[in-house]
Amino acid sequence: MHWEWQVFLQPTGGGQTYLRWLMSAWGWTLSVAACSLVVALLLGTLMGIVRTTPSRALVFLGNAWTELFRNIPLLVQVFLWYHVIPSLCTSLRALPSFVLVVLALGFFTSARISEQVKAGIQALPMGQRHAGLALGLTLAQTYRYVLLPMAFRIVIPPLTSEAMNIIKNSSVAFAVSIAELTMFALQAQEETARGIEIYLAVTGLYFISAFAVNRAALALESRVQVPGLLLGGK
Amino acid sequence: MHHSQFKIAALIALASPLAMAQTPLTLDKVKASGSITVAYREASIPFSYLDDKAQPVGFGWEICGKIVDQVKKATGRADLKVQTQAVTSANRIPLLMNGTIDIECGSTTNNSERAKQVAFATNYFYTGTRFLVKSGSGVKSIEDLKGKTVVSTTGTTNYKIIRNLSEEKKLGIDLIGAKDHPESQLLVQTGRALAFGMDDILLYGLKASSANPADFAVVGEAIQVEPYAIMLRRDDPAFKKLVDDTLAGLIKSGDFDKLYKKWFQSPIPPKGINLSAPMSKELIDNMKALSDKPAT
Repeated sequence: MHWEWQVFLQPTGGGQTYLRWLMSAWGWTLSVAACSLVVALLLGTLMGIVRTTPSRALVFLGNAWTELFRNIPLLVQVFLWYHVIPSLCTSLRALPSFVLVVLALGFFTSARISEQVKAGIQALPMGQRHAGLALGLTLAQTYRYVLLPMAFRIVIPPLTSEAMNIIKNSSVAFAVSIAELTMFALQAQEETARGIEIYLAVTGLYFISAFAVNRAALALESRVQVPGLLLGGK
Repeated sequence: MHHSQFKIAALIALASPLAMAQTPLTLDKVKASGSITVAYREASIPFSYLDDKAQPVGFGWEICGKIVDQVKKATGRADLKVQTQAVTSANRIPLLMNGTIDIECGSTTNNSERAKQVAFATNYFYTGTRFLVKSGSGVKSIEDLKGKTVVSTTGTTNYKIIRNLSEEKKLGIDLIGAKDHPESQLLVQTGRALAFGMDDILLYGLKASSANPADFAVVGEAIQVEPYAIMLRRDDPAFKKLVDDTLAGLIKSGDFDKLYKKWFQSPIPPKGINLSAPMSKELIDNMKALSDKPAT
């Protein structure tokens, strides 16, 4: 095998080198992933919480949301957002494809996060909720000061997986014409005929991104650990 | 020492006629074996493809038929057996070089890189990058796309051609990449892109097979035009002359025009679509020049 890593220093003819294009593609991948993660964490947490409240209407809303977005394949959801919904609702037509794919990926992942947050809350003994309410806290205060601080600590490991998944799943943005890493790989290997170097570089960047999330989450987990309480393994 | 040098010289002397014998001249081979193998493509519409009865048809396929008629005359074997062999973009050159096929009349680009391995007859079609737009968009040339969103299919040279031309001419085109040709067309249809840049012959095919062909138009001067030509083995001047003469004869008699109209401007099998692709300026010129000049 003869390596030609200098392929990245070649000009594309479009006013930059393949390396700069690769970096810009990485930027798009990280932007899609980060924005989608914010959407997913906010909505997923909200839906996870309402599924554990005493209100049957709220539980139904949370369940419906979770099942809807969990049971449709991600790529199909992206196409729905990109092609179907804008043709039904004309006001969405002006939205850039970046926003649409962030919504699609964020909503899809929110269903998974909702499931984990719900499980985290339900993992706590019922006594905690009852104790909070018996002390005279409102339901919202019970969640804020008693249940959620522990539940979130419990679900950090599965949430880490979701954050890593969202980086890898961001490659669906290629389907809506965003110039992210997967798109770069397909086009640049055709232009340079150095597919192996191109794919290895792209693979490396996906790995570094997901692994960095993993390390950051691990650091967060040990930092927020409550000594002597459940899961206090170390 | 002297002895071994003599051996090597003898080996070379022995080997050279053997090497030549591996790729015999096509006409001699056909005459001796009584059969010729014609290659076809499975889906290069309308050049060479399979119809609804799984038989090869097409513009190039019919021209190959005319060439076989001339081969029968030249070899004096009216009983010549014609064998067919499907080829792909990836295997057409190796199969020609190793003698599995004798001639290919498909959609093979005649370029100088390939000319190191095979020979090409007179160029018989030209394709270049042009733009598919919605009818009435007002787009006439690439300059009209300044600052607009244009789509091309990811993994094609057309994407690169448009990006580089936009940079060269300072057009600031917002070029996006779609995952395949139908997706690119959909982006034009839904208005997410103003134009779809691709090989014009593919655009005519996409337009013709869409639900309402009148909704689309193929516009612009062809960018980076590339010729298609019939492919033969290298260093076989007698066979190349026969093929070139057959093409020249078809052009002179007007049969080439008739074949062009039949395959590019009339309904074709299997679905009866009409590509409605007018003859390009380059092809009209080459019907006078009869050149086999490759793309760079």
